[in-house]
Amino acid sequence: MSAKKVTVRMKVNGKEYVREVEPRYLLADFLRHELQLTGTHIGCEHGVCGACTVLINGKTGRSCLQFAAALDGAEITTVEGIAGDGPLHPVQEAFHDAHALQCGYCTPGFLMTTIEFLQSNPNPDRGQIRQALTNNMCRCTGYLNIVDAVEDAAKRMREGACGA
Amino acid sequence: MTGSPQWLSMETRVKPAVFDYHRPDNIEEACALLAEYGADARVLSGGQSLVPLMNMRILSPAVLIDINRCRDLAYLREEGAAIACGALTRQSEAETSDLVASRLPLMSIAMPHVGVRASRNFGTVCGSLAHADPLAELPSVASALDARFVIASSRGRREVTADEFFVSALTNCLEPDEMLAEVKMPAIAEGAGCAFHEIANRAHGFAVAGVAACVEFGPDGRCSRARLSAMGAGDTTARLSPVEALIEGQRLDDALIRAAGAEAAVVADPAGDVHADAAYRAEAIGSLVRKVLRQMQGAAVER
Repeated sequence: MSAKKVTVRMKVNGKEYVREVEPRYLLADFLRHELQLTGTHIGCEHGVCGACTVLINGKTGRSCLQFAAALDGAEITTVEGIAGDGPLHPVQEAFHDAHALQCGYCTPGFLMTTIEFLQSNPNPDRGQIRQALTNNMCRCTGYLNIVDAVEDAAKRMREGACGA
Repeated sequence: MTGSPQWLSMETRVKPAVFDYHRPDNIEEACALLAEYGADARVLSGGQSLVPLMNMRILSPAVLIDINRCRDLAYLREEGAAIACGALTRQSEAETSDLVASRLPLMSIAMPHVGVRASRNFGTVCGSLAHADPLAELPSVASALDARFVIASSRGRREVTADEFFVSALTNCLEPDEMLAEVKMPAIAEGAGCAFHEIANRAHGFAVAGVAACVEFGPDGRCSRARLSAMGAGDTTARLSPVEALIEGQRLDDALIRAAGAEAAVVADPAGDVHADAAYRAEAIGSLVRKVLRQMQGAAVER
């Protein structure tokens, strides 16, 4: 059984897409299966783990809790879009250098959360970082290296902004 | 570009059951759809409570009425002595609103406890209220603030109190053809003390218990009006009326605060679950009442 498909127009990582999908298609599945953007990972599928976090019109959102049909006309940024074909984003560099990942499954969600967080708070203390990271779960690292990475990313981005 | 492998059929890729999707442009159209589909339909706003239930197929509505295009429902505005919040106002908008910060500070201080930033960016104030989770923050805030719930249908509008709106856990008083269109909260009196505290196993996990409080003081420093609401104290969010009666007309001294905490632990009628048993929850509510009232002592002194 399937429902009447709806047309979805979406700008993902700067590129326009048009697809016909069932209304029950979630954004996470739309990104992965319709657009083959498999960088967005799916964990719990009910909004708890944060692995599927993407930027929806510039704000973090759980892509497992959004229907693609309801986002007709939206702009989405996934982990594939934060650096494009250029060098790594400072947040990615910091995660790499601090060894802030082990299996890496949760990492795309952490990166999106961190990017939004540092936009609104460019100079956070570790308590604020930990608070912001409650958005996401990691079952490998114990979070310490992730907190280090976010602190370092903030520093890199502040220095980058000064140098520019 | 090729699609996913054949064996990965549509059925394995989608979580919610099939539904018919409607996207009204205003509340009249939304109400007309609700009148047509009634109990078969659910209203989708931010989806942060509804979609998890649909993904797990705890809920399988035949019809989804997406109100995200109803711009006439996205507002936070002053109406007389109250602040009106429309059905499409996001929690993050209320969190950062100067109007809410100055007139409804209790909501401002409670909002960071609601979900996580990624859920508040989309989840709506009214959506959380309609979900009626007894362990959610916003129902206890609305209850403490004597909110009026504005309910719309194609038959007209009606207003109810929090007591009437919250029927039991995850159950509100809406008829099948009705939706929560707005919540109206009387502005908090200048100089009143506001506090919100909760106990949770993890910073962003579900709370074990919580207390929202708003206390006004007279020129003599005595408590002139006390409103306390507890989450986790029963199968709906509940005002702690005996505690309010105990402290009104009194000075908030240490003995009174201890008595109020003890009374709250007796009044609370919590359920036990995997996160906390009933006795622990009752103790926690007593402890939280002491904590919010100690914070109020400052407000009384500042006057």
